[in-house]
Amino acid sequence: MILRSILATDCGSTTTKAILIENINDEYRLTFRGEAPTTVEAPFEDVTRGVLNAVMEIEELSGRRIIDNDRIITPSNESDGVDIYISTSSAGGGLQMMVAGVVKSMSGESAERAALGAGSIVMDIIASNDGRLPHEKIKRIRELRPDMILLSGGIDGGTVSHVVELAEILAAANPQPRLGQEYKLPVIYAGNNKAQDKIDDTLGKKVDLDIVDNIRPVLERENLEPSRDKIHDLFMEHVMQQAPGYKKLMSWTDAPIMPTPGAVGSLIEMIAEKEDITVVGVDIGGATTDIFSVFQGKFNRTVSANLGMSYSICNVLAESGLDNVLRWVPFEIDRKELTNRIGNKMIRPTTVPQSLEELFIEQSIAREALRLSFRQHKEFAVGLKGIQKERTISDAFEQTTSGESLVNMMDLDLLVGSGGVLSHAPRREQSAKMLIDSFMPEGITQLAVDSIFMMPQLGVLAHVDKEEFSEESRKAALEVFHKDCLIRLGTCITPVGRSKPGEVILSATLTMSDGSSIEQELTKNEIVRVEAPYEPIKAVLTPSKKMDLGAGAGQQIRTKIYGGTVGLIFDGRDRPITIPSDQERRLESLRSWSRALNEYPEN
Amino acid sequence: MAHAYTPGLKVLKHSKVRKDRRLPIKGEVCKKEGDMVQADDIVARTNLPGNVHMVKVANRLNISPADIHDVLTVEEGDKVNKGDRIAQTDGLFGFFKSDLMSPVSGEIESISDVTGQIVMREAPIPVEVDAYVSGVVSNIIEQEGVTVESNAAYVQGIFGIGGEARGSLCVISSERGNELSLEDINESHEGKIIVGGSFIGIDAYKKALELNVGGIVVGGFNYYDLEEVLGYTLGVAITGTEDLVTSLIVTEGYGNIEMSERTFDLLKENNGKFVSINGATQIRAGVIRPEIVIPLEDVEKNTDGDLRPEQLGIKEGSLVRVIRSPFFGKIGRVDSLPAELQQMESETMVRVAKVRVDDEVVVIPRSNLEMLETD
Repeated sequence: MILRSILATDCGSTTTKAILIENINDEYRLTFRGEAPTTVEAPFEDVTRGVLNAVMEIEELSGRRIIDNDRIITPSNESDGVDIYISTSSAGGGLQMMVAGVVKSMSGESAERAALGAGSIVMDIIASNDGRLPHEKIKRIRELRPDMILLSGGIDGGTVSHVVELAEILAAANPQPRLGQEYKLPVIYAGNNKAQDKIDDTLGKKVDLDIVDNIRPVLERENLEPSRDKIHDLFMEHVMQQAPGYKKLMSWTDAPIMPTPGAVGSLIEMIAEKEDITVVGVDIGGATTDIFSVFQGKFNRTVSANLGMSYSICNVLAESGLDNVLRWVPFEIDRKELTNRIGNKMIRPTTVPQSLEELFIEQSIAREALRLSFRQHKEFAVGLKGIQKERTISDAFEQTTSGESLVNMMDLDLLVGSGGVLSHAPRREQSAKMLIDSFMPEGITQLAVDSIFMMPQLGVLAHVDKEEFSEESRKAALEVFHKDCLIRLGTCITPVGRSKPGEVILSATLTMSDGSSIEQELTKNEIVRVEAPYEPIKAVLTPSKKMDLGAGAGQQIRTKIYGGTVGLIFDGRDRPITIPSDQERRLESLRSWSRALNEYPEN
Repeated sequence: MAHAYTPGLKVLKHSKVRKDRRLPIKGEVCKKEGDMVQADDIVARTNLPGNVHMVKVANRLNISPADIHDVLTVEEGDKVNKGDRIAQTDGLFGFFKSDLMSPVSGEIESISDVTGQIVMREAPIPVEVDAYVSGVVSNIIEQEGVTVESNAAYVQGIFGIGGEARGSLCVISSERGNELSLEDINESHEGKIIVGGSFIGIDAYKKALELNVGGIVVGGFNYYDLEEVLGYTLGVAITGTEDLVTSLIVTEGYGNIEMSERTFDLLKENNGKFVSINGATQIRAGVIRPEIVIPLEDVEKNTDGDLRPEQLGIKEGSLVRVIRSPFFGKIGRVDSLPAELQQMESETMVRVAKVRVDDEVVVIPRSNLEMLETD
């Protein structure tokens, strides 16, 4: 069934964003968007008010009647309403979970992966071996007041006592839910199947217990799906029911409301699978930075809960250190003045940089927030730990262990950025440069930004379960993702290896789509930009003897690459990028890299 | 007339301040609707569940967890004192028995034959909530607490540290641009809420701590000095639980910034009155700003503190404060609110306001303005 119109909203903690997707000439396109402040808190305390306000903006712009008597008209009739309505939500602090596992780096980590993958914020991981005494754990659980708890531990048929001991700690703490004093806290048990009865005996009367398949049935395999699905169900059944106005909103939607990051993650997972590529996606917000990746077919998500551009901007400063922020600032500034300026952004989070100096500072901090978040992601996105690996004699000298990071920058095909500082940078060149400086892609990597952060709405659209809509809504999500959501910035080409100053590290022959040809050389430590639109370019790329572009040191690559609004960016800087410590040389380097990309106004 | 929503801080001469005083968990409410209360009066009390201890009986007595019931001398629900015997093994032919004594006084909450441990809970911890401000109990929140309503002058700061405090207000600086120096603070300020002008340095604040000053209200403070006060770098602006004798409320922001004229004058007018302050700040969804509540007696004029619809934004003629560089801290009146987006020096395209500052009209992004909310 062709969907003529789709309305999707994302209820964020501060803003509710609505988009209208329409089928025009057999093609799904984003046609209108509207936004309004979220109304979860007093004096309104009804999320649907903000939704209606955002949709009213769409009504005004499109001239289409979508609301009737404070309700969204669905299904549509001839001229009014929409065929389907869907929504995501992160309002009221999103989904906040605590997870527990017997061994922190094994079942604890698997539980964390399941919770993060479902779109929640993990407040803490309680584990038998986390170094805390039982009463300390109990105190912590009491203080946290999560929305739900995921308890795991033990392989199927293994030792029962350890995971029951964790359950006893939970029972002693008698945790209370964050919202609503009247209902019992949902707890999901996803551990050793032999312990299920004992867990029920221990916890059944105190909490609302659900038992699902073991998250780690055997050491060598993770089974995250049952837990993830149960988290989504409970999010709808319990958490959303307690949030103001959500009962009404749930009755309007044609698919379950998803937590915002969960929806983004599922979209990224789908794109990676459908196009058989590796992807890293980042959403840098005011309070948190979410990173999603798919490498070796495995999806991972991390939330850096206190690395953001406004509410937690000072935490970026605290974690990275002032020197690391300062190294990106292309002018001299008093250290104390800088910290006061950053502090003032934290306490007045909605302000925007008016002067160029303020913009420099904000983008310098963004680089560090992204770098730190990605570092956390790389540490988390690892293979399963604690597994015996079969080794041949040739592996004997390799210093590899289980639990290695799956993230390999040389393998990365697509890097997508979103969030205010990336999506709304005054120049797209700035977005591209921030992504490169912080993620430091290697080899050949496409760069893109989400134009208006509509990935959450597209994520839930891609997962509409109703049979009559599911195939078409998935198609719509993909079409809009490629045509309207992503702004293709271009491709970053970075050879890595050992080289000397002044050495030519790459020669490129580019055959553009109009048939013209460009020869380009790249010298160590320089950035070269070749303007080219988002069209296929035949490229012959030859790195110097000790440099690698993905095929091995000195190996030529013939491939098809794409330009974009910025074009092709040849990055000759080291990995990791080194910035001179000498003040004059540092400023000169920063300025020359900026000039190469036309990143900032010249004066 | 053009209109834009811009949140602002409250500086109200006469307001009806309502404070919910709630227990962390359900308990007993000690006041009834209509009762007059003073700031220190207890309005609700409860008992928090006592601390929990887990005693590994099986491990300690070297028995199998399944045998725990054979050795325990207590049952679930029993109350025991510290040092009481809670388990004893049979020993060998009645000899060499091993005892296990209770490590704490409390109640046996649960016994597990899977893990071989018992859970003991200590006596409940009493918790009381006071009225915080003087006024009248206007509402009872069943089993949770009360709402206290007070006719008061009310000032919000931008940022604070430390929790609730109360004391008489003592305005020290004669001008709102004056720094609160080391010499300005002395023994007579113990327990008082002192007010400075533009700034307080770390040394003066430390002296206030030493002299047990109740609280400080000042225009600005250095962000990097916070680390020395708190012992850690403040990453996110969520405060209020710091264990500080002297709460600090900053009215303008980080740096040396003149206190706004209206705030300073209002505090000066109320010099000597008994006030309640709270440094707790939460800059997230559900924002909480630090506050100074000055209960007023015999007030004839009461202006409700709730916002009137026409107050929910700036319009031409509104009094505003610039809250970001390059005009940070300046106060002016809105000259016009052009509808179209304008490009800033940073090339950011934003909605702007033209603001008259010091006889000059400057263009400022609307989101860099804060309305001065006055009555």
